[in-house]
Amino acid sequence: MIFMNYEIIVVGGGHAGCEAALAAARKGHKTLLVTGNINNIADMPCNPSIGGSAKGIVVREIDALGGEMGRNADKSLLQIKMLNGSKGPAVRALRAQADKITYPKNMLKTLKDTDNLEIKEALVEDLLIENKKIKGVILENGTKITSNIVILTTGTYMKADILVGSTRRREGPHGERPSNYLSDNLAKNGFKLIRLKTGTPQRIARDSIDFTKAKLEPGDKEIHTFSYDNKVYYDVNKQVPCHLIYTNENTHQIILDNLNKSSMYGGLDDIKGVGPRYCPSIEDKVVRFRDKEKHQLFLEPESIYYDDIYLQGFSTSMPYDVQEQMVHSLPGLENAKILKYAYAIEYDAIYPTQLKASLETKVIENLFTAGQINGTSGYEEAAGQGLIAGINASLKLEGKEPLVLKRNEAYIGVLIDDLITKGIKDPYRLLTSRAEYRLLLRHDNADLRLSEYGHQVGLINNEKYQILLKKKDDIKTLLEELKQIKITAKENDYLITLNTTPLNNGITLYDLIKRPEIDINKITKYLSNNYNKEVLEQVDIMIKYKGYIDKAIKEAEKMENLEKKKIPDNIDYDKIHNLASEARQKLKEVRPTSLAQALRISGVNPADISILMVYLKKEYRHE
Amino acid sequence: MHDTIAAISTAQGVGAISIIRVSGPEAFNIVEKIFTNKNLKTAPTHTVHYGYIIDGKEKIDEVLVSKMCAPKTFTCEDIVEINAHGGIITTNKILELLLINGCRLAEPGEFTKRAFLNGRIDLTEAESIMDLIEAKTEDASKMALNGISGKVSNMIKDLREDLISIIANIEVNIDYPEYEDIEEMTIGKINDSLSKLKDKINKILKQSNTGELLKTGIKTVIVGRPNVGKSSILNCLVGEEKAIVTSVQGTTRDSVEASIVIDNIILNLIDTAGIRKTDDLVESIGVEKSLKLIDQADLILFVVNYNEKLTKEDRQIIEKLKNKNYITVINKTDLKKQIDDEKLQNKVYVSALKNENVENIGNEIKKLFNLEQIETSDLTYLTGARNKAILKQVLQGINDINEGIKNNIAIDMLEIDLRNIWNLLGQIIGEVYEEELLDELFSRFCVGK
Repeated sequence: MIFMNYEIIVVGGGHAGCEAALAAARKGHKTLLVTGNINNIADMPCNPSIGGSAKGIVVREIDALGGEMGRNADKSLLQIKMLNGSKGPAVRALRAQADKITYPKNMLKTLKDTDNLEIKEALVEDLLIENKKIKGVILENGTKITSNIVILTTGTYMKADILVGSTRRREGPHGERPSNYLSDNLAKNGFKLIRLKTGTPQRIARDSIDFTKAKLEPGDKEIHTFSYDNKVYYDVNKQVPCHLIYTNENTHQIILDNLNKSSMYGGLDDIKGVGPRYCPSIEDKVVRFRDKEKHQLFLEPESIYYDDIYLQGFSTSMPYDVQEQMVHSLPGLENAKILKYAYAIEYDAIYPTQLKASLETKVIENLFTAGQINGTSGYEEAAGQGLIAGINASLKLEGKEPLVLKRNEAYIGVLIDDLITKGIKDPYRLLTSRAEYRLLLRHDNADLRLSEYGHQVGLINNEKYQILLKKKDDIKTLLEELKQIKITAKENDYLITLNTTPLNNGITLYDLIKRPEIDINKITKYLSNNYNKEVLEQVDIMIKYKGYIDKAIKEAEKMENLEKKKIPDNIDYDKIHNLASEARQKLKEVRPTSLAQALRISGVNPADISILMVYLKKEYRHE
Repeated sequence: MHDTIAAISTAQGVGAISIIRVSGPEAFNIVEKIFTNKNLKTAPTHTVHYGYIIDGKEKIDEVLVSKMCAPKTFTCEDIVEINAHGGIITTNKILELLLINGCRLAEPGEFTKRAFLNGRIDLTEAESIMDLIEAKTEDASKMALNGISGKVSNMIKDLREDLISIIANIEVNIDYPEYEDIEEMTIGKINDSLSKLKDKINKILKQSNTGELLKTGIKTVIVGRPNVGKSSILNCLVGEEKAIVTSVQGTTRDSVEASIVIDNIILNLIDTAGIRKTDDLVESIGVEKSLKLIDQADLILFVVNYNEKLTKEDRQIIEKLKNKNYITVINKTDLKKQIDDEKLQNKVYVSALKNENVENIGNEIKKLFNLEQIETSDLTYLTGARNKAILKQVLQGINDINEGIKNNIAIDMLEIDLRNIWNLLGQIIGEVYEEELLDELFSRFCVGK
């Protein structure tokens, strides 16, 4: 049976799938979202949290490009805070607790309200492929649905195994049915797969916890939003708090005594999945950091509509009885009722060097992948990729060049470039240290960096675009004004109240703001125009950190020059005899599109690049 | 090819003329920064210019600089060639200055590569150019292995180890701000670590200089008033058991003219033209000439007369010797003491006439250059302008951070510079491993949900 034809089919309704489907449909393409369970759309199977260091900036980027995550999170806040507020502007990021009921509900509503988008509940088990080109998908029951493009966003569902103690069962998160054959079929079509592992901690009944033994972790008193829409949906005075507790020697002793029962420490002998370094199980923490007397745990509310408290930091693959003992050893949790036990999950992913920067696979034309299937972890990483895959799938249909964000333009650019250039060993998480130009990739300037692109691809409407243009204009005007207006010693009385050195000679406001102790908001009385908060903040950062920002821009320009040196698709690395053998092998695997990307591959040295340059000149001189 | 590259393009040897070639869009700008002749940028193409290479105010070498504008050059880019005369140390110093001022050290075969990429060389030669790059890279890595001893390599590794622990700490503070049990990196700790780093790097640089001195010889000049016995001292030093090692024909200008060895230390004597023929020539070097020579030497043997009080000329020379490596050779101890020597420094009392105590000059030189404790064979030193330039960039980076600290710049911004330093040090030992930082972060700190 053949179903009707779609332009784009998105397989999977997680954070990647939602963004991909919305982007495609909003760009006017007839889109089908296929998901195993419509009620699990935009589900948060792990942390009830959106954002965090680096990730929070990704959410801003998604919003600036015209994606949904930021807005949807704003509608679902339990609490929100600005991380690293006391540090420099480059590392500030928002982190929110999002309601696990509201978030998916709002997202589902948005999906349903979107034109050109249909949702279908089904499992995809195979792909329709002709001559290495995608033609559609085949459902579990044999139904074929045709399309020009397929975007796979299957998360952890491919051959998912839930591991607890010495048991392994084929099951997705929440007891969902996994996809048993899709990854085999991908392998048959030439994809290299990798087995990965991650885990999630226990959920505890709220009223079984004695919160008096825990430290209160409230949200910020200042109002924040992820989205540049700046619409506030929450009551800043009624945020739901988290709580902080610590493990103790007793907890550690229970873990050490039962170590061999953990799936990862001998409970199961067939573990192939590689777990994330940044998300160690509590067993790992206790074993690897034996000297540490205690480990920090957070009690995070999952929703105001039900009772589960997420026990952050306590993920484990111990059997249930040991988990009981472990949880009850914690302060305030002596009588805790475990609603859901912790588990580890093993799943298939595709090795990401098989992707182009557009997130189209190199193996099958018109097949795109995004999210955990590409070896990443995290809702934000998934959503960012989903958005890019959705945009680029549409651009491909439209016969346009893909949107490829550079490393100096977006964390999303860093993420995708890392995946396709370096591959992965364990599930990939964004960290600020992965971004060499992080000073350029700030929370405050995501719109200035990306909304132009969002407008070009048609996801930022004219109204929003006008706001962006006005902001850019205001920034320019303000900078000029600050350079022109001079103040003199006459103002010293006021300056002293700002705790800054009095003036001897006249000074421009621009130079005054360079002083670290001067807050731009305190000198607006000297300005002739009014500017909004965002414009003032932007200019303050531009002036105060100019030296550092300029240095980063210079470094980025160097890279961009190499980025412009393209490597043709059809290059045959075996013909370049002088390449070192490791470099040749890596270049064949990654098939970089530019010399800059080639240089980022570990194992490719400057000398190899030199040889490559000479070869390109020789072979492609007429092109 | 948007950057400007530099390399020494002649085989290196003491006393020989060497050519340092600079190619790229910034060639004229960069060379002008270190050249006394400030008309280089505006000068016509294919012209030769006379002047000094300078490091700040210090004159490094008297040179001829050729300016060639693109595209009629070997690489089809702007090229400057610096003809220097000063032997390995000076040549390396010039290269180092170029690197500090914005050049990048040319990769093996890079001038030829650029010539090819810019269409200067026939396409049929492409294969041989790739062969050349491959071969030279092998040579270079062998040289790199030999050029840096295990000790230095370990020293650099230790420095990087210190840095990475600070960097990882700052990163973990950024990425996991909610962890209250992780220590917050403080300015105080960064300062401590930086000042230690600075000391160690200065020490390495000093040892590196010493190493080069031992390897290539110390540029030495003998100065003093007429008739204090300069030529007799020289004759003693060049005496029978202390053979002359080389005697290179002098170039048009003053250069190394003879090398002698004292206690395994090579002294390259400059401006001693004709010493073998006419003692008078050395002896007749006057005060005015002495003052000039002092600037060019790494070691000055300042000869005074034991039998006379210090004269106005002597004091003139002493004034000039401030901040220089010099030894005061007090000659004619066979005569009656007249000299007021209390304020003189690095004193050696000799009688050249009777050939008494002349060997003490060697001991004093060792003391002066801190060579006493160091066995020649045990010396740990860095070679090459590249590594020295990198270390100087590291020192510059440390200064930038100190400046940032003064201006209350946030720690995560300072960390960007710290990471630069860490990468620079990694370049010296050829170790820049992408995942190193993350590995360090997650092995050192227990974080994650």
